[in-house]
Parts: sequence; C-alpha cells; structure tokens
Amino acid sequence: MLGGGAAERAGIVPGPGSGRASGGVHTVGLLVNPVAGLGGTVALKGSDGAEAQRRARALGAAPRAAERAALALAELRTRLPGVRVVTVAGDMGEDVLPGAAEVVCDRPLRTTAADTRRAAGALIEAGAGLLLFAGGDGTARDVLDALGGGFPAVGIPAGVKMHSAVYAVSPRAAGEVAAAYLSGAATAAPSEVMDRDGDDIVLYGLLSVPRVAERVQRGKVGSSLTGGDDLAGIAAEVDAGRRAGGVDVYGPGTTTHGVLRLLGVDAPPTGVTAVADGSCLAADADAAALLRLSTGRPARIVVSPIGGQGFLFGRGNQQITPALLRAVGRDGVVVVCGETKLAALGGRPLLVDTGDDALDRSLTGYLPIVTGRRRHVMYRVGER
Amino acid sequence: MTGEIAPKPPLRRYHAARWDEPLLFELSQPGQRGILPPALEPGLAADAADELPAALRRERPAALPELAQNAVLRHYLRLSQENLGADLNIDIGQGTCTMKYSPKVNDRLVAGHKLAALHPRQDDETAQGVLEILWRLERMLAEISGMDRVSLQPGAGSAAIWTNVAMIRAYHESRGEGHRDQVITTIFSHPSNAACAKTAGYEVITLYPDADGYPDLDALKAAVSDRTAALLITNPEDTGIFNPRIAEFVEAVHAVGGLACYDQANANGVLGITRARDAGFDLCHFNLHKTFSTPHACGGPAAGACGVSAELVPFLPRPTVEFDGERYFLDDDRPESVGKVRPFTGVAPNLVRAYSWIASLGAEGLREVAEIAVLNNNYLMTQMLKIRGISAPYAKGRRRIEQVRYSWEELAEETGVHSEDLGHRAADYGVHYWTSHHPYVVPEPATLEPTESYSKRDLDEYVAIMNAVAEEAYADPETVRTAPHRSSVHLNKEETLDDAGAWAVTWRAYRRKNAER
Repeated sequence: MLGGGAAERAGIVPGPGSGRASGGVHTVGLLVNPVAGLGGTVALKGSDGAEAQRRARALGAAPRAAERAALALAELRTRLPGVRVVTVAGDMGEDVLPGAAEVVCDRPLRTTAADTRRAAGALIEAGAGLLLFAGGDGTARDVLDALGGGFPAVGIPAGVKMHSAVYAVSPRAAGEVAAAYLSGAATAAPSEVMDRDGDDIVLYGLLSVPRVAERVQRGKVGSSLTGGDDLAGIAAEVDAGRRAGGVDVYGPGTTTHGVLRLLGVDAPPTGVTAVADGSCLAADADAAALLRLSTGRPARIVVSPIGGQGFLFGRGNQQITPALLRAVGRDGVVVVCGETKLAALGGRPLLVDTGDDALDRSLTGYLPIVTGRRRHVMYRVGER
Repeated sequence: MTGEIAPKPPLRRYHAARWDEPLLFELSQPGQRGILPPALEPGLAADAADELPAALRRERPAALPELAQNAVLRHYLRLSQENLGADLNIDIGQGTCTMKYSPKVNDRLVAGHKLAALHPRQDDETAQGVLEILWRLERMLAEISGMDRVSLQPGAGSAAIWTNVAMIRAYHESRGEGHRDQVITTIFSHPSNAACAKTAGYEVITLYPDADGYPDLDALKAAVSDRTAALLITNPEDTGIFNPRIAEFVEAVHAVGGLACYDQANANGVLGITRARDAGFDLCHFNLHKTFSTPHACGGPAAGACGVSAELVPFLPRPTVEFDGERYFLDDDRPESVGKVRPFTGVAPNLVRAYSWIASLGAEGLREVAEIAVLNNNYLMTQMLKIRGISAPYAKGRRRIEQVRYSWEELAEETGVHSEDLGHRAADYGVHYWTSHHPYVVPEPATLEPTESYSKRDLDEYVAIMNAVAEEAYADPETVRTAPHRSSVHLNKEETLDDAGAWAVTWRAYRRKNAER
C-alpha cells in the first residue's frame, strides 16, 4: 500500500516550495470526490459504494464537496496569487470554479476508487507539487493508494467519515495549508489515514501532509505530532519506565511509531509491535503472538489515542485483546500523547471498547497520560 | 479662516513611526565617541588597569559600538517611537498580564537621589528609610494574602514561583519527606508553574478542565499520592472563571501531606475579596508589576513577592528584613533558608512603587480596584460578544472575574482569518492584542483583561476597533490577513522563534549564526 503510488513510480517526491512547473509558477492538483459527504446529511454512515449513494440521493441528499472545494481554492488563490491549478474534468474538479483550472484528465464514467487513483496520477504527471483533495476517509485512502506515503497532499473536509488526520480544520484552512506548503513556509510530515473496516476503525497508512499549527485537523482524530509536542520527551519517559527483562507492546499510530523510532526500533506504524530490551520481538504481531510473548514476564502496553473519538482500545488495535489487557493489568497501560493533540480533544474523555464490558469498566476513571519526560496529564477514560 | 477643528473619524487613522533603524552595532563608526575623558595628570599611575591581575585583563579591547551622544539618543528615541507601550495604547489586549496604569508620581519618588543613589552595601543604620518601606510593604502583602510572612526578594513572577517551589522542597526535606517528587498544576494556570517545578527537578502532572472549564477535581483526587509535593494553581484561571471549589482542591492535597501554592501573579479581581490563606493555601505569590502597578519594564527587572504560612517561614530567602521595635535590620542568620534567589533584598525601586501605590489606595481602595476591574471586564465581555464570529467558551451565560479567554473559531471557519491575523490588524489601529499560552486549548483564542485603569470610553473604543477588524475579516479578509499595514514592522518569521540555530540575543550570536547560514 505504501510502496505502489503513482508518484513513487514516477520518481517524483517534491519538497516544500516545489511544484513550480516553469517560470516560478506553483502548481496544485485539485481532486474532488463528487459524492463525498452525500450520506452525511441523511444520517448514513458514509457514501462508499453505488448503493449507499443511490439511497442517499433517494433520501434527498445533495453533494457538498464542490462547494467546500471552492472555498479552499478561493483561499489558496488569495494567498498564492497566480497559482496554477490542474484538475479533472467535470464534477471531479473542473466544475468547482469553471475556467480557473487546467483540465488535464478526463472525467471517468464512474467515480470508483480506481478512478480516484488514476486521476491523482494524472495530476502529478501534469506537474502538481501538492494534491488538494475534497472528500472523506474513503477518499483519503484512495489518495494514499495513488500517491504512496511520500507525495504531499492535504484534505478539504467534505466527507461523512473524517477520522483521518489529513484534513484541514475547515475548507478555507485547507487552502491556507496548501499555500503555506507551496510557498515553502511549511513542511510535510506523515499523518494518519484511518478507515472503517466493518465496525472497526483501522489505521490504513500514513500520508504526507503539510504541518501548519492549528490548521490541520487534530480534534476528532488520531493524529500526527506537531511543533509543540515533545516526542523525544515522551520516548525518554517510556524508556525510563522500562522494566529489565520485560516486554513492551506498542499499539499502532504516529505517536507510538515515533517513540519506537526514537528508541531505535523500526516497525510498521499500522501494526502492533512487541519490544524487549530495546529490540523488536515481533512487528505487526497478532493477538496470539502478543499473548504468548507477554506471558511469564513483566509487560506493558504502550498506546496513544487513535482514530475517531479518542479511543484507546478497540479501534484499530484489536490485536490487543481483553486477555492481554487482563494479563498486563491497568497499571501496565502506558498512554502517550502530545499536549496539543490532547488539548484538541476539547475535554472529551478517552474511550475504550474492548468487547469485554467488565474490562472496559475497570479501565475507566483517570489515567496518567505521558506528555513528555517527567510530564503527565491526569486524564479521564470514560464510558462509551 | 473659521477656526474650526476638523472632526475626527470614528476610528483613528493611526500610523506608527517607521524608521528602518539599524542596530547600534551597525551604526558604529570607528573613532566616534560619546565623551572624551580628560587626559591623566602628570605623575599619576599611567594606567589603573596595570594594577589588575593578568587573569582579569582583556587581551583585546571589548568590541563595543562607537557612537556620538546624539547618535545614541536618536537611536533610542526612534525605537521608543516604534513601540506600542502601556502609556500609549488602550492596553487591555494582553490578558493575564494585568496591564494597568503605573502612576507617574511613583516614578518621581524612586528617581530621587534618596533611592537612586542608595547602595545595597550601605550600613543598615544609614538605610532605615528604605528598610522601613520594605518591612511595611511586607506587612501589607501579608494582610492582603492572609499569610504570615512575605519575601520581596524575587526579581520577577517566575522567580517568585521558583522561590516557592524551592521552599516547598526545603519544607518536605526538613520533615524527612524528600521522596515527594511530583508537583500538580492545571493547563489554565500560568505555564511558569509547570516550568518552575520542572526546573527544580519535579515531575509535573497537569490537570485539564472539565466540561464547564473548571479544573477537574476528580482528576486531582486521582493524581494525589504520597509522592505529591504540592499543587500550584491559579484562581481565577486564564479563562477568567473563578473556581468556587478551590478549598476542596486544597483539602485534597493536604490530605496526602502535600502543600497548596496559589499563583496570584494576577490578583486583580480578588483584592480585598478573597485571601489565599483563607482558602487554606500554604504559599502564594504576587507579581508586583501586575496587580500592584509597578511597570512591567519589558521583561524586567520586575518584582515578585512570596507569601508563606508560619510553618514555611524558616525557609524564606535570606536576608529577611526585621524590626526590633526601634530599628530595622537585615537578618542573614537563617540556617533553614533556601538561600538567595537574587542579590540583596529585591528590586528596591519597584518595591517602593508598589508600597506607594498600596498606601495611596488603602484597604477600601484596593477592594474598589478589584470591583472596578471585574465590572470593566464584564462590560467589555458583554460588548465583545456582540461582535460577529466571537464567543466565550465554557460557563455559558455566566460572568467572568477579571479577564476572558475568547474564541474566534466561528469567524475563522467563515472567513479563513485567524486570531493572530486579527491581532496584527488591530495594531493598525494602534492597539495591542494577544492570543493565549500554548497549547491552544481554546481554539482561535484571544485574551482580554481591561483592569481598573480604563474608562468606559476607552473600552468602547477598543470594542469599536475589534468590531471593525472582525467586520473587515468578513468583507475584505485579504487586508486583515496581510496586516499589519500601518505598523512599524511587518511580520516576524515566527518559525525562527523555535529554531535555536536562528535566534540571537547578542550581536555576536547574530553574526555567528548568520555567517554559518
């Protein structure tokens, strides 16, 4: 998933301030998922698939992606006059601001995931230095598939499900972030793309998103660490609490992945990793392996709030089973989180949904969250 | 000629001075001098420096800028014109900082030779006047806080917090409880509380607000243990919301043997109304440059005051100022003291200013200060909340104490203009405006604190400016976003503030870091 993007195939991974095709002109690729958000207004859980879209339209829903993309584009053009916009024909981009963008890709007959991927590839080949896309979690997943992890993109929030940390806080903020990146004032960092798999929300992969403080969505989502957060301090604190001969189970996500990286362990951010004495015992481990590795010696579970509404367990990390949690115990749970990400929860409690009600209840109450070296926040874990 | 005065527009057509003034080092010209001292008389030692030990002597002269007197004067006058000082603007935009008027008569008092020419090494017998002022000021602040003794030694608010943390540590160690290694604070208390505790070696536990914006009492109860050294907390917090359950916070910390320390840097809303000791606190501190009107002085020297209960008196910084009924003297023989946190007895000019300010008001006047500050704030909030796109998060419909943390979240979503942009545009109308400490728990924050110094007319003018700027954000966001347009400088590169490779506080560092780039 991370290796097969069109950008990497084309060998193009631009840095900040790039996307100047010629004569110093910045180029942005605009991609709109015209059916994004269709389900939301009529209380459907998403807009993926022809059947959901048909039902949504039958219930009187109207797409809102174009309108939101227009706001983002207006903001970008204000902040970066003369920006060149390349896009897809029709309602996948061209119709957003007719005449304002160069159409470099035909409108596919349908708007399937494959069409999204093909269109993204075309925009990159046309010189885009950044992809600005309007949609929801499904769109982000398709964009990631198309781009790979290295090509920068930022989402215009327009979907029903937006658990991913790749969306700006508002459509206008998306335009601002794009302008900041193209003009070289912001750099990009890996950010979580989440998606729903049945009832589960999973970490799908990492998309490169420009970081502009307070402008990229962090509130409702598991998200990437930014400037104010002390990842090195968090890693040092986790390391200082390590018990000799013990095993540490790291949940998925950018924070835990960042901690692992600083501790010298290279493992995929989407999986659960078991570490002992500073070396990786198992990457992308399943439930049985984790239980086996943690039995008979001191164990900790290191997790960061991930996905949707600040879930600690039960979303995106089902490999950490009730059996493992019971074996490790509440005292062995180490929650790590940057301060800005915690602040962005807006006072809402962290949540657990392990599938075992008694265990869930035992995990509620207050837990110390590691926010830096010898720094904690006492934070509430609530009932769902 | 009619002699009529042209009517002024509703909003000032302000424009700041813009001098493009170089740095002093850039203005330096070899050989320029401010003063030429007379040549040595024949027969005197050729060079006094010859008497110095070799280790103290420079091999090369110091690289100082060389300028004439008028060049120096012109330089600093120009810089002063490029400033929006507290005496120049309606300075209510720096919430939490309590930017009140500092009466000029107090500057005259301290500029006189009696204080300005005083030497800290003078014999106590020849400094009875200033020692009496320090002693009496200490008694006043003890009465205001309810504490038993007060130290006036710290040179700033954060220095006072650090001093309190040092006393907390000494207190626990004296009781054989040096194992207490945690300090608890809240996210809406001033970040100096966490920073000072951390500097002193403590582990810091921070509490976040509950849904109403109060610090979470249940979180505190979960955090306290036999490792708790102290709670460092502000009330009202930066939101301007008074925590009515503060005594329960103190009790929860006392129950495990910890101390409770009240950050009263800004006590402007509670003077004469509540006292730290009455809520059970063991320590508190005041910033005399906030509540007690001495100038902030652009980062110092300021003055902090630490108040403590009787149990903590042995640990106060030394020397203390004492009075034996006849004469005032300095007591340096305090074996349990945390030592000195600053040379001598404190920043005397600021202490005299604060003494004069308190004496001129009296007890009734201090309470009136708090009452007017609270009334001003609630009037300002009522007017500000009429502006499009603004809100006051938490405690909906309820009054605030002396300040409010507002949110421009709605305006930002609708216009793409951010709180920082509004502040930059406000500078075009000659007023200052601040957002919030980090992290931004309140999105798109702005913190306003009008104090008692400003009239209704002043507040109305400030509101009119903020209203104009907000309306402009809707009608012409580009102008707001690219502001300031009429100020002395344009925008700083904020990212360099976090880049140790870029910032420079000396000319030498500036040249070194820029040469390397």
